[in-house]
Formats: sequence, structure tokens, C-alpha cells
Amino acid sequence: MPRRTMIEAIRDAMDVSMGRDEKVVVFGEDVGFFGGVFRCTQGLQAKYGKSRCFDAPINESGIVGSAIGMAAYGLKPCVEIQFADYMYPAYDQLTQEAARLRYRSNGDFTCPIVVRMPTGGGIFGGQTHSQSPEALFTHVSGLKTVVPSNPHDAKGLLIAAIEDPDPVIFLEPKRLYNGPFDGHHDRPVTPWSKHELGEVADGHYTVPLGKAAIRRAGSAITVLAYGTMVYVAQAAAEETGIDAEIIDLRTLLPLDLDTIVASVKKTGRCVVVHEATLTSGFGAELSALVQENCFYHLEAPVARVAGWDTPYPHAQEWDYFPGPARVGRALIETLEA
Amino acid sequence: MADAGMLRFHVPEPEVRPGGTPDFSNVTIAKAGSVPRPEIDVDPRTIRDMAFSIIRVLNRNGEAVGPWAGLLSNDELLEGLRHMMTLRTFDARMQMAQRQGKTSFYMQHLGEEAVSCAFRKALAPGDMNFPTYRQAGLLIADGYPMVTMMNQIYSNEADPLKGRQLPVMYSSKEHGFFSISGNLATQYIQAVGWAMASAISNDSKIAAAWIGDGSTAESDFHSALVFASTYKAPVILNVVNNQWAISTFQGIARGGSGTFAARGLGFGIPSLRVDGNDYLAVHAVAKWAAERARRNLGPTLVEYVTYRAGAHSSSDDPSAYRPKTESDAWPLGDPIVRLKNHLIGLGVWSDERHAQAEAEILDTVIAAQKEAESHGTLHAGGKPSTRDMFEGLYAEMPPHLRRQRQQAGV
Repeated sequence: MPRRTMIEAIRDAMDVSMGRDEKVVVFGEDVGFFGGVFRCTQGLQAKYGKSRCFDAPINESGIVGSAIGMAAYGLKPCVEIQFADYMYPAYDQLTQEAARLRYRSNGDFTCPIVVRMPTGGGIFGGQTHSQSPEALFTHVSGLKTVVPSNPHDAKGLLIAAIEDPDPVIFLEPKRLYNGPFDGHHDRPVTPWSKHELGEVADGHYTVPLGKAAIRRAGSAITVLAYGTMVYVAQAAAEETGIDAEIIDLRTLLPLDLDTIVASVKKTGRCVVVHEATLTSGFGAELSALVQENCFYHLEAPVARVAGWDTPYPHAQEWDYFPGPARVGRALIETLEA
Repeated sequence: MADAGMLRFHVPEPEVRPGGTPDFSNVTIAKAGSVPRPEIDVDPRTIRDMAFSIIRVLNRNGEAVGPWAGLLSNDELLEGLRHMMTLRTFDARMQMAQRQGKTSFYMQHLGEEAVSCAFRKALAPGDMNFPTYRQAGLLIADGYPMVTMMNQIYSNEADPLKGRQLPVMYSSKEHGFFSISGNLATQYIQAVGWAMASAISNDSKIAAAWIGDGSTAESDFHSALVFASTYKAPVILNVVNNQWAISTFQGIARGGSGTFAARGLGFGIPSLRVDGNDYLAVHAVAKWAAERARRNLGPTLVEYVTYRAGAHSSSDDPSAYRPKTESDAWPLGDPIVRLKNHLIGLGVWSDERHAQAEAEILDTVIAAQKEAESHGTLHAGGKPSTRDMFEGLYAEMPPHLRRQRQQAGV
């Protein structure tokens, strides 16, 4: 099976979708001729023409707003916001319009759009190239929120998102674009060609939305993670020698609660990790759900390891990013609690 | 250079406040028939002055004059008059129903009936409007059932939107009327996207975007103009300038100079101003803009100069911020009276027939109201189910919503 980077897998997903359905259109800032600042749309304009893949003005509200209008017409736009940090001008369109169109019109109009946005830190991106705003989407009724952690899932989830009849926020951890990253910034990065999840089948396949994946089976403790933190958690488990069960959520909403609950009932302990800031982050929702559903099986408080409640700094990148040492400490503390 | 002194902050004020004498002497009104009608493939640069004038067809004597006249038959004009009268009667009944506690909220169109009623007749089946909350004439003029509109207003068991939406936030894909949102200006850029989609699909349909004077200050107004201009989208960008955004006079959105139409010029979009209380002028300009869009000549911005004669909504009291008699002083008059006088002048209408039509329309609206009320009103009779509250958010109900629905006992 061919190995692809996450960038190539994402591009392949759009290529496959555009080839199968002429209603799929792709646009955003620098997405057309240039092929995207991360190369995720490279070659699509040459292959499908300017009316299927094109450059947009620098106007996030305009990109999402026009996509909503296109979706109401009957197209399936897959648009790009260059960085998740720049989605805020489009937040009105995403939360008040895309999310609610089906509901408020009782199905008269629907909004099958996908909004791709590179997310997450670990790249010295500073305050506005590192944010993880997923909790601002999972709090919105009517949106689905997806965060892939590897090329295989990225392709399958993106095709599923494009085919989904509802609006999907597709957050791509840019730190994982070229290879998995476990938080050890002082070590060389392994490319996806050396990783089994870099195997990406040709052609059409989907990874269903709303289904988590167990990345490491274990019996001592459950770790709930997504995106880059999946690899950080794996490193932490290896380095502490703790037999952690690591769940890659893949889709935050709808959430695969069954997989989470089954694991925590088995292990009796749970650590939630994410890059996003702690307070009111998605980890709070996960922690509350685990507490509600697994209270009588819990042998320790649910722990959360997250970004600090500060804007994402530049120089202090590795003091901010929840690396394997911090996650490892939480594993030990939760196990000994 | 001399000392410039201290800076002073400028906040525009309307000419008159409550207690004052209404004064529209600052509104420059072109003579009916005086503004030329350019070819539809005109170079936008050559008609920039049209963004500062007002296209009018009906003169003081009720005669249709000039190059924008002569597009509608007498029967079509009589139909237009009926649509406007129906909308006004509908408004009056629903405003009263709100006062009677049959619903929570209503918004009238008083004085603006020509804008949406005449515009609708310039579109073709399949075209899509992206309206605000003050264009129900698009539905009336397209034959959308009044009973259904009332069911929505009453949030009753027959409400097509299942009680999920505030009154007047209608939706009808079939009638080319996009779902209304409470968030201002959002639909303006969506209309442009819809038009882009039609062009991408090599279709022949066009879109119409709607916005009020106040909401042109929203960012999405700018977004829409940029996208419409960049992609030459087949869209008509309508600005209904009724002088007021709740209590805020239009100068707060517009500033002290220029016009709303002139906003289009910087984007290279042909921009016209039209007498919004002149049914014939509204229709003629809409037709011109629609033809431009349909022939792939790109977007047109149209400013309808009108006056919001009623309160902003059933929750508003305009006497707190403008003279009570200001609408009487509005120099462009009343759209229904003006079309009525025109038709009387043509010899196809009379005061007697008008009074008779008023009575007939009132009967029809009351009959529709009775039927709607048989399905319930907001606080009495049939209503949408609690189950309806959970459904229809996603195509397929996700597990967390299923759990919440069960918790709610439905």
C-alpha cells in the first residue's frame, strides 16, 4: 500500500471526492493556482479547472458565507481557512448560519460544507499560528468536529466529512502534516513513510465520523487524546512503563462515548490530554462525561493535561506544549492516587 | 503649519428629533423620468452618477414617464396593487394578533410594500432571494399561502418550521425565499455564494441579496461586495434604505456624504438608486439588474430609497426617537396610494373599486387567520411537539441528542 504524508492524504481525499462528485468545490486563500500554503490542494486546479478549485479573497467570513450559499444551492463546498487561528471572522457564519440552517428551516435548506483548518502548536507558530479552538466548535449545536491524527484517518475522515450532509469542522494538526510528533522536539522527526498509519489506500474509502480508535490497548489507565497528543500520550506510556489504553477520539462531536466508557470501566482511571487551553476546553466535557458515566468504576479523579490558560507563546513553546513529561507525570499521579 | 487645535469627535445626528418638525429638505429627489436607462451591458464606469440620483417613473400626477416606464401591463399593475394591499392588510392583522397575545413578535412593512412586491415580479422561477425580515412581499407576490405564513407567526401545530423560529423568519425554497436568520447581513454573502454556485454549475438562475441601510455597516456587506465583484457573480445586491435602523438614523451607517448605492462604486459594481415607493420604478430597475445577471454581465447594486413608516417591530416605539408625523412628510409618499392614483389615471381603477378590493382583501386575510388559528396560536391550541425541538438539527440524530431527548421524556 502506498505511504503518504498527511498533506498528501488530505489532497488525495479532495482529489477522490472531486473526481467522484462534480458538486464538490474547493476554495480558500492561496488554495487555487498555488496549491495552498501547506500544499494540501496542489494540482487540484490544474486537474479540475478554476470553477472547481479557486483562490478566494482574504475574507474568512466571505469564504464560509459564500460556501453556505453554495451549499444551499446544492454544491458541496470544501473550503479552507488558512489557520484555525483566523477562523474568528467566520465564526458568525459557522455558528449562527451553517450550524443552524437545517434546523431553522426544518430541512428546507441544508449545509453540507466542510471547513478545513490547520490547527495546533508545536511549530513555533506563536499566538496566531498555534491555536486549538475545537471547544469553540463542539459547544455549537449543529456542527460536527473532526481532528485526524494520521494520514490514513485524515483521508478517510475527510472523504466522510465531504459526503456528510451536515457542516463539518475539519481540524488538521499541522504539526502532524509531515510526520508523527510525540513532543520530543529535540529528536529528529520521523516521516510518515516510516509509520504504518502512513499507509493510505488509493481511491475511495471512508473512516466513519463519530468512531474513536484505540491506538494502544492497556489495562491500567485510559488516556483520551486526539491530534498530536495521541503520539505524546504514546510516548508518555512507553517512558513511564504504564500500561495505558490510549484512545484517539478522531471525532469530537459526535463523540464515541461507548468506546470511552467501556475503556474507563475497564481501567478505572482516566487522563484527558489536549493542546488547547484548560479552562472550558473540550477536556472539561470529556472529564464530566467520564465522571457521569463511570463514577462507580473510578479509582482516582479524572486528570486533565492541557495547554496553560494563556495565549500560545513563542519563545516558551516547549514550556507551553503539553509534552510527554507532563503527560507522564499525570499518568503516574493518577495511577498512584 | 498653523496649530490645528484640539481634535473634536463627530457623531452624526438626524435633522429632527421628537417634538420637532419633520424636515426632508436635504433629500434630493430627481424628477420622474429624468434618469436615463442605460443599456444592460453598459460600462459601469460611465454610469457612476446614477448612484447619486433616484430613478423614478411615477410623477406627481401619477403618470408613468421616462425611459424606465412601460414595462408592465395594466393587469400586472393591478396585480401588483393587490399584492401591496394584501401585505399591508396582512401586517395590520398580524400586528393586532401580536397585541392580542396570539404571538410574541411581529415586524411590519408599512410604507415599503412596493420594494419586495415589485421586485419579486422581476425574477424568474428558480431564482433565489436571500431576504431580511422585512421582505415578506416576496412571498405574497409569489403566491405563498398566507395561512402558512400565519402558522409560522403563531408557532402552531401547522408551523412549517416546527416552532423553532421567531415569528416572520419564514423559509421557502420552493418560492425562492431563503431561510431568514436573526443575524443581520449574514445572508448577503450567502446570496453571492448561491449565485457563484449557479455560475459554477452553468445554470441560468440568479440570486438576490437583501439588506437594510443599518446592516450595510456589518462586515458581511463588505464581504458580499468583494466576492460579487471578484467573481462577477449573477446576483442583485439590494439595499433597502428606509432611513432607520431601529432608533438609529441612516447617517450612522452611511456617514454624512455619499449614498448606499455609492458603496458599490469602489467595487466596480454598477450601482443604481431607485424610488422605493414607486412600484413601476422598482420593477423596472430590478428587471434591468436581473437581465444583467442572467446575461453573465455580473452583479448590480440597487439602493431602494424608502421610509419605514411603521415601528421597527412590535417591541419598538418610534415616538421615542423621531417625530410622530415624519412618515407623512416623507417626500416619496405612499407606494399604494401612488400606484392606485396611477391606475385611476389610466382609467382601469377607481376609488370605489379600491374600497371594494380593500374589503375583499380584508375578508381573505381574516379567513386565512381563522384557519391558521384553528391550528393554534403561541399560547393556545395546537403546538409543535417537544420531540420536534430535538429533531432536524442533523440529518441523523447523534447519540448525545438521543439521550437528551429521552431525558426530556419524549
